[in-house]
Amino acid sequence: MTDVFLDPTKRGHWTTDQDVRWCPGCGDYGILAAMQFLHTELAADPATEIKKEDTVFVSGIGCAARFPYYMDTYGMHTIHGRSPAIATGLAVARPDLNIWVVGGDGDMLSIGGNHLIHALRRNVNMTVLLFNNQIYGLTKGQYSPTSEVGKKTKSTPMGSIDPPFNPISLAVGARANFVARTHDLDRKHMINVFRQAQAHNGSSLVEIYQNCNVFNDGVYDGIVKRANRDEMMINLVDGKPIRFGAENDKGVVIENGSAKVVNIADVGEDALHVHDQANPDPSVSFALSQLANDVNSATPFGVFRSVEHAEYASAVSDQLVEANNQMGPGDLDALLKSGATWEVD
Amino acid sequence: MGLQRPRDRVCIRPLDVLDNFGPKGRSLTDIADRLDSESLDHVVIRFAGDSGDGMQLTGDRFTSASAMFGNDLATLPEFPAEIRAPQGTLAGVSAFQVHISENPVHTPGDIADVLVAMNPAALKSQLTRVRTAGTIILNTDAFDERNLEKCGYEVDPRTDGTLDGFTVHEVAMTTMTVGATEDLDVKKRDAERSKNFFALGLVSWMYTRPVKPTLDWIKEKFGKNEAVVAANTAAFHAGHAYGETAEIFGHRYQVSASPKESGTYTNITGNVATAWGMIAAGQLAKLPVFLGSYPITPASDILHELAKHKNFGVRTFQAEDEIAGCGAALGAAFGGHLAFTTTSGPGVALKGETIGLAMSMELPMVIIDVQRGGPSTGLPTKTEASDLMMAMYGRHGESPMPVVAASTPANCFDMAIEAVRLALKYRTPVMYLTDGYLANGAEPWKLPDVSTLPDISVSFTTEKNGVDDDGNAVFHPYARDPETLARPWAIPGAPGLEHRLGGLEKANITGNVEYDPANHALMTDLRQAKIDGIKNDIPEIEVDGTGSGDILLLGWGSTLGSITAATNQLRKQGKNVDRAHLHHIHPFPANLGDVLNSYDKILVPEMNKGQLVKLVRAEFLVDARPLSKVSGLPFTAEEIASSAIELLEANAEGAK
Ligand code: SF4
Repeated sequence: MTDVFLDPTKRGHWTTDQDVRWCPGCGDYGILAAMQFLHTELAADPATEIKKEDTVFVSGIGCAARFPYYMDTYGMHTIHGRSPAIATGLAVARPDLNIWVVGGDGDMLSIGGNHLIHALRRNVNMTVLLFNNQIYGLTKGQYSPTSEVGKKTKSTPMGSIDPPFNPISLAVGARANFVARTHDLDRKHMINVFRQAQAHNGSSLVEIYQNCNVFNDGVYDGIVKRANRDEMMINLVDGKPIRFGAENDKGVVIENGSAKVVNIADVGEDALHVHDQANPDPSVSFALSQLANDVNSATPFGVFRSVEHAEYASAVSDQLVEANNQMGPGDLDALLKSGATWEVD
Repeated sequence: MGLQRPRDRVCIRPLDVLDNFGPKGRSLTDIADRLDSESLDHVVIRFAGDSGDGMQLTGDRFTSASAMFGNDLATLPEFPAEIRAPQGTLAGVSAFQVHISENPVHTPGDIADVLVAMNPAALKSQLTRVRTAGTIILNTDAFDERNLEKCGYEVDPRTDGTLDGFTVHEVAMTTMTVGATEDLDVKKRDAERSKNFFALGLVSWMYTRPVKPTLDWIKEKFGKNEAVVAANTAAFHAGHAYGETAEIFGHRYQVSASPKESGTYTNITGNVATAWGMIAAGQLAKLPVFLGSYPITPASDILHELAKHKNFGVRTFQAEDEIAGCGAALGAAFGGHLAFTTTSGPGVALKGETIGLAMSMELPMVIIDVQRGGPSTGLPTKTEASDLMMAMYGRHGESPMPVVAASTPANCFDMAIEAVRLALKYRTPVMYLTDGYLANGAEPWKLPDVSTLPDISVSFTTEKNGVDDDGNAVFHPYARDPETLARPWAIPGAPGLEHRLGGLEKANITGNVEYDPANHALMTDLRQAKIDGIKNDIPEIEVDGTGSGDILLLGWGSTLGSITAATNQLRKQGKNVDRAHLHHIHPFPANLGDVLNSYDKILVPEMNKGQLVKLVRAEFLVDARPLSKVSGLPFTAEEIASSAIELLEANAEGAK
């Protein structure tokens, strides 16, 4: 297999011969590139040695869900909303695999919301990438469960009236043990977050702010455009006080269970919340996730939480081993005779 | 479900029951052997009571004792729809019917010879199920004003002539049970709960059932709670002794052992047989078993049974919903496991989209539908076979899928293996139908020699199987086996065979996404041809009879017993009747058309409004007639026989 990885700096080894069919300028391209670079790196890294044949991308329906066709790995492009459930079955059957689940905000949070929360709570070994563009792209522009209230779309000409999900809050509430946010304009940041998500033993959720330049262009510009980043992106660094701002003069404190943006000059540096991503208490992660419920507030990026917890598929395997120890290996003849039997001569 | 739950009982000090129970110094079986008994060739007994009275357990035990005694038998448990219906009401009645015979038994019996009614509600709801001049055994302790009122009796039915013509035995079961446990340190309320064992003891005495298996079973089942063992044992003995000493039972009945093929037998329900068939299929296919499921009546017991046998490498996954159960199974199939999902009608409706994906991906999996009354929530605890059309056509697009159906509880084992064989060999989802009647019904099963079970293993593809335009070796996931039209099954972990499957139409051979209409037409035809080809790989349908009868009774599923019994009845009346039963419904056996075309009259009894009959009429242009029943209960032999006679006579008059 070594010939495949002769040149690990090239992402080409993980691309397929299929034409990529997203709209020109779509944020999905950047995410795909980050994923191919990451896998080239993971393949070359003796610590991971990820192989193509051991990698599976599972997706549902939507623009993002085309992702598996473009990764030269095993892949399943399934049905709308069900990819977390299908991937769960695969992960339980095959704990040896490197499994990624890809979907958009409609796929994961609307039709597939139920499967997503259960996959997260079970802590099955898979990395879920939630491409959040706050719109339905493939069906040509209806509002989504992450669209802001009042959004005018083809299905809501007078503006939408239902409040959106905050995907990070939702994931924390569903007991996800690894939760992170990144965005499609920063390949390095994406690769870094994806790498940690992949390394986490259990379900990981990564929300990616993704631009749909056709139906919801520039929705995140106020945050992720280079000129706005310093003031609007709160970088979560493990073990460090949370601070940001062009002058690095702002920070985050946690007061009465809520997270608040403060001027450091007002509270003093020692008052700042020191980010601890391994903190098992989900209320802190939740508080941080609530810093931004819209695209006009300073928004945290990076890893919100990364907590060790028993992984589901290995717990399933452990029970098989335990049953084997207790009852001995399965014997079909003995099974059939395990009830009351009698002989007829 | 009316089972005794040992953990609910209050724990009291251990004691030795047998020392505390009279008649002392005599073995009950000794006494039994000295008494005369009348010989019967068969009897149908119906146990009925409140769902908290433990009637299912009582029926089950009586069945097991009869099976071990060597009777042939069939059972029909009937549960109330509500788990906690108000005590003493008609809605809360739970019943269990068992038919035991020294001859082969095909049905749980059209009508009961004996009814054991533990309360007025049981009597009221079950009275129509007892034959004229049948025997009724009542627990008189339950016939108080409140209980009579609860089920709408204005006058005590024991006094107003309602029971005229029946042989009625009024037995104070609760009082006597409490009396028998008096010397034990058991609270009165707890002692009362053993009254079902009193009833069991009494009926066991009446029908000369062996005592020891039941006593052993009580010990094993309640062993952790010695007080409960003591109380139940005492109640059982008391019932047995009551039968012996009370004058009202002048004699006992003896149902002799049924002559059977030699071998080892066990008593099995359909759901357990299905679960064991799934385990066996895993062994025979040399694949780990994966079940993705969501609890639903009456299928949940398959999940429960499989979950007990993880030492076979069986993974059971209780999913968040029906869709996820099916989805997880499909994911496991992609990973190379033998994948199942189990459910009942409403669940099949939810799984439809995923089944469609499995057909498009051409991955093997088995969907098990334990049918119940529908539509919607319908009758969860009653049987019906009305999902056949859904199994055949209940998906969007052209999505042909094999459909197989079991005919008896024990046959569920064989058909589970057959469903898997087809799924693996043809890389397709397969729908396997049973129903509530098979699921909960029991019959003696001659255990197969496991070494004679078929090898149904297939191999994963590990090598590239094609070349691309540039002449490089590549893997083509949709290059088919020329004989079966099955595509290669390559699973993650196989280097060089990385490929992407999906629900979008795929190009023939390469499997790449392809929107070309001509390719779609070709792929649609290929998927259909693959399933059609299965008809050459399944047994031909066998006709029971001369092959030239005046009428053919054609059945599928759990009607086998009733149709067989009806056929025997009709033949006794001198009618020239043939019978055939389908286990493969899609595709049909290759000879079915020829068989049907050789009869002028075809009657198709079904527990639906005529679904198979529509399929055979459409496919073979034959004048098959429906006989339908949707009252939540299996056919009686009588219903089928009289309908057949009607059709035969219509023929004689030249009318149709
Ligand atoms: S519609 Fe939007 S999300 Fe979909 S491919 Fe086009 S730009 Fe990307």
